[in-house]
Amino acid sequence: MSRSATLHRHALWVRVCHWVLALSVFALAYSGFYVLMAHPRLYWGEVGNDLTPAWFELPLDGGHRPEIWQQTVTFDALANKPISASRTMEIFNENGWARSLHFLAGWFFVAAGALYFALGVVTKHVSRDLLPRRLERAGAYSLLQRCAYTGVAFVMLPFMVLAGLAMSPRVVAAFPVLLDVFGGYQSARTLHFIGFGMLSAFVVGHVAMTVATGFRRHMRAMILGR
Amino acid sequence: MSKLLTTRRAVIKGLASSAALTLAGCSMNEPPTYGNVLRMGDWLTYNAHRLLLPRQSLAREYDLRDISAAPAIGTTDPSDPSQTGFVAEYAEDYARFLHDGFADWRLTVEGSVAKPSSFSLDDLKRMRSRTQITRHTCEEGWSAIMQWTGVPLRAVLEAAGIQSDARFVQFHCYDAFVDGIDMLDALHPQTILAYGMNGRELPVAHGAPLRVRVETQLGYKSMKFLRGLVVTSEFDDNGPYGMIQNGYSWYAGI
Repeated sequence: MSRSATLHRHALWVRVCHWVLALSVFALAYSGFYVLMAHPRLYWGEVGNDLTPAWFELPLDGGHRPEIWQQTVTFDALANKPISASRTMEIFNENGWARSLHFLAGWFFVAAGALYFALGVVTKHVSRDLLPRRLERAGAYSLLQRCAYTGVAFVMLPFMVLAGLAMSPRVVAAFPVLLDVFGGYQSARTLHFIGFGMLSAFVVGHVAMTVATGFRRHMRAMILGR
Repeated sequence: MSKLLTTRRAVIKGLASSAALTLAGCSMNEPPTYGNVLRMGDWLTYNAHRLLLPRQSLAREYDLRDISAAPAIGTTDPSDPSQTGFVAEYAEDYARFLHDGFADWRLTVEGSVAKPSSFSLDDLKRMRSRTQITRHTCEEGWSAIMQWTGVPLRAVLEAAGIQSDARFVQFHCYDAFVDGIDMLDALHPQTILAYGMNGRELPVAHGAPLRVRVETQLGYKSMKFLRGLVVTSEFDDNGPYGMIQNGYSWYAGI
């Protein structure tokens, strides 16, 4: 047996979790894009809307266009104070199905992630193969791989779930500490978006490395386990 | 609606029939399962929240200095024929109420209540009131903090007499929308029928004379331009005017 054959013998549960998670992440990214497009402006703190300045605005249609707002009520006579305004046109909003798909995928993601974590600890897959440490045997993951996998699986992905939960009105009513941790609803939303960017970079790197080091071999290993 | 979306809906509906078969063991009268694959996630979320989260925890309340600019979207005047929520019959009534400062406007309360009633704005203002500064979180992704003053929905329901089979409260509005919440949210201390915003009368664009505030769900559940409440013992998707028909989840506590 070659060294690589030893390396790529993924257990069945690793393969199942990998593909459920991969599909979930794809569905989360796809639906997340549509959710974001309804309001592609990002803010810090608790509050942010078309009448307040954005921290960052995606250069896309549906962005801030003052002419679509018609001032209706001034509730403070002072200048530069908050106003209320009515939107005079409909924006792009495919949010209904996108949000439902996002949470359906989210449930699959959380279920597969929890299973992966539990079995990873029980079978020592996490401590033996993933946690960063010096190489002990031929064919093991390199330090860079271990850092990337650990960082994504145990830092980035749980962070994304928590930032997502911090946007849920019902969850933050039960756990207001989430708002404090992330610095408010809009901060959580912005960090959720930044996390999306970082995870996308990981996926690109991960797939590129797979292609560079033998795509067919890696796919066979992650699908058939040999 | 785009053609693409219609096709997608057809595909979803096709998939849905198979999902409905697998879910046939569950009661189809329970929200929010309308036999649609995407709804399975909503169903899980709703039941997980009801099972796992403390039942009456309060949404965060803020200080006066946190009050922010507040966009008004969707219908901003039900008497304006150019707006999406325009229904000629309602629009005529609404224009009349608007003209005389909502003096003739009444909120009807019907369904599973001991005595179906109707309340004028003054009746509601005489009941106990609650003022809260909360964050409105729109499903689009923006947020705003406003101060709301109104009567707890619980007080209105109790005035009409809640019957033991009451499980849902449906809100019927002058912009023709209908949507509902379960009794847990209806009896939540922060669920109020607001007639005041930021220390003034509720502006027309924000739902005058009376709107719902459901602080534990997304903004679209806080219906504007209230016409009446119907207390029901069974789940109702409210047909063509129900928010669900827009593809929106019935439960928006997400």
